[in-house]
Parts: sequence; C-alpha cells; structure tokens
Amino acid sequence: MSSDPFSLWVYLSQTPLLWLTVTLLVYAGTDAVSQATGRNPLMNPVLHAMWIIGAFLWLTGTSYTSYFSGAQFVHFLLGPATVALAVPLYENRHRVIAAIVPMAIALVVGCVAAIVSVVVLAQLAGLPEPVVLSLAPKSVTAGVAMGISESLHADPSLTAVAVILTGIMGAIVVTPLMNALGIRDFRARGFAVGLASHGIGTARAFQVDAIAGVFAGIAMSLNALITALLVPVLVTLLVR
Amino acid sequence: MIASLGLILLCQLVAEVVVRALALPLPGPVLGLVLLLLLLLARDRFKWLAVGPLRQDGVENASKGMLAHLSLLFVPAGVGVVQQLDMIAAHGVAIALVLAGSVLITLLVTVATFLVTARLLSMWGAR
Repeated sequence: MSSDPFSLWVYLSQTPLLWLTVTLLVYAGTDAVSQATGRNPLMNPVLHAMWIIGAFLWLTGTSYTSYFSGAQFVHFLLGPATVALAVPLYENRHRVIAAIVPMAIALVVGCVAAIVSVVVLAQLAGLPEPVVLSLAPKSVTAGVAMGISESLHADPSLTAVAVILTGIMGAIVVTPLMNALGIRDFRARGFAVGLASHGIGTARAFQVDAIAGVFAGIAMSLNALITALLVPVLVTLLVR
Repeated sequence: MIASLGLILLCQLVAEVVVRALALPLPGPVLGLVLLLLLLLARDRFKWLAVGPLRQDGVENASKGMLAHLSLLFVPAGVGVVQQLDMIAAHGVAIALVLAGSVLITLLVTVATFLVTARLLSMWGAR
C-alpha cells in the first residue's frame, strides 16, 4: 500500500478492477434513477451512464484503452447475450408461429428500410464513404453490428457508437410516437422497436409491456440474423 | 448456472469455428443463437438430451439473467464516443440527424407492415 495518493491512483487506473467497478456502479445509479422516474424514456440508463463515465475519463485524463481494459469484461457478454436470445425465441415459439406471416414480412421490409434509409440519408448528408459503411448495420445489437462492420472494412468503433445512439433514440421516441399514432397492438409496437433499436429498444419495450418485450426480443434476434446477410448485398447495390 | 453459461459459450465457440472454417458472411453469435435454438427444440423431441444445463430450465434461467441486464452490456461500447470526438466535431450533427431519420423511418415502416399484414390475414381468414 502506497502512502502517496497519486501513485495509488496511477496503480488503480491501470487495473481492470477500477473501470469495471465504475461501469457497474454508474450503470446501477442511472438505472435506479430511471426506475425512480417511472422509466421516463429521457432517463435512459445507457445514455446517462455513457456521458457520466465519459466525463469521468476526460476529467481524470484516462484513455479509452485503459477504461476498456476493465469494461471489456462487460462488453464481452454481448456475444453470449446474443446466443441467449434463443431462449425467448424458444419459449414464445407458439406465439411466434401464430404471428409468423406478419412478423416475417415486417422483418424483411423493416430490415431493408433500416439499412437503405441510413445509407441513403448518410449519402444525402454528404458523409464520407467509410462513415456511410460504418453506419449501415446500426439497427442490430453491438456484437453483431461490429462483426458486420469489420467484414465491410469499415470502422467497428464508429459502428458501436452508431448502434448505441440508434438504440437510445428508438427507446426514447417509441412510446410517444406509437401513442400519438394510436397504435395499441403491443406485438407490433414491440416488434418495431426491437427491429429498429436492438437491445436498448428491447429493454425499453419490457419496461412498457411484457408482450411488447417478447416481440422486441424476437425482432432483435431475427434482425441480427437477416441484417448480417442483407447488409453486404444492399451496401454493394447502394454504395459505389 | 456454471454449466448453463458453459453451454451458451460452447454454442458461440462452435459457431465461431464453423463461421471461420466455412468463411460464412455471418457473425459467430448469430449462428450460436441458431445452434442453441436447435438444441432446445431437439430436447423436446429427444428426452435423453434433457441433461445438465438442458435439464429443468438451467440454460433458460442463465439466459434470462443475462438478458435482464442487456442494456448494461452496451455501456462500454457507448463510452467509445470519447474516442470519436474528432469525428463527432466534424460530422456529429449530420450523423445524429441521419440516425434519427433512419430510426423514425424504420419504426414506422415496420409497425405499418406488421399491422397491415395482420389485418389482411385476419380479413382473409374470416372469409
């Protein structure tokens, strides 16, 4: 144990322990605030955990690389969590089969809309091609989107940021949007937010309605499958 | 619990090996999802598969535990924004608008397609 607080800091800031602890505690805090405000969409726990941790890194002059050395243990679980999506799909297989046709059609149409809209809008906005490619898989869960981005030789870290922003935007906007449109079918609402906004949208759907959550989980897992297949095809057609 | 986590990781591991070996255009976890789904479906048909993590909700409970905290798992990648500050200074507003536009289009197109298809099907079924 060092008596000099500065050298203690130098030691701690290099260990995974500190950043893993910061990640879990800040998230626990923002999640508690989200719960205390009745799951207000603007109190999205990921959004607020992001800027609080980001500000903390900036204030302490910590690089993202040393932060990630601790946070990677949480990040790693995105892969197994994607595999785990098999369970809600399995448990709701009868409900899935009952709504199989609307889901299959909404899945293909929604997936194409998600990819084409972002690529075309990004081109219209005059964004450089590597950015356009990095944004293309933004509607699927981070682990999968970063894999797709890598196979396109785009920037997986920019993709990760686009994925999270997309998730947060969908989670914030879905409830007021669907309420304003008078849509009461929670299967359709959940399916749309799971497809557009992956895990963050699905977490939001579970806060609003259990059936919406289940359909969001299904949409997210099926969209991960089909986006992985469609992005390379659509990108070759749209980006030249 | 440990065996269930092990099974989930094994599905991902086998999938990663298959994806690399066959050069499939698919991320490993997605194929892992398909493998686990097939295992769960196979267990219903072949009772001898209901052992270890596949017995009595083992892998189900572990998966639900992980999925209950799904949004936490996006935090480390989200903090990666700090690495992209130059990019955000240069293109941040455009990127945010593009993403917001695409999210709205995707939500509306998906929900409309789902509702219209379900409505058409029930009209067709009622005939």
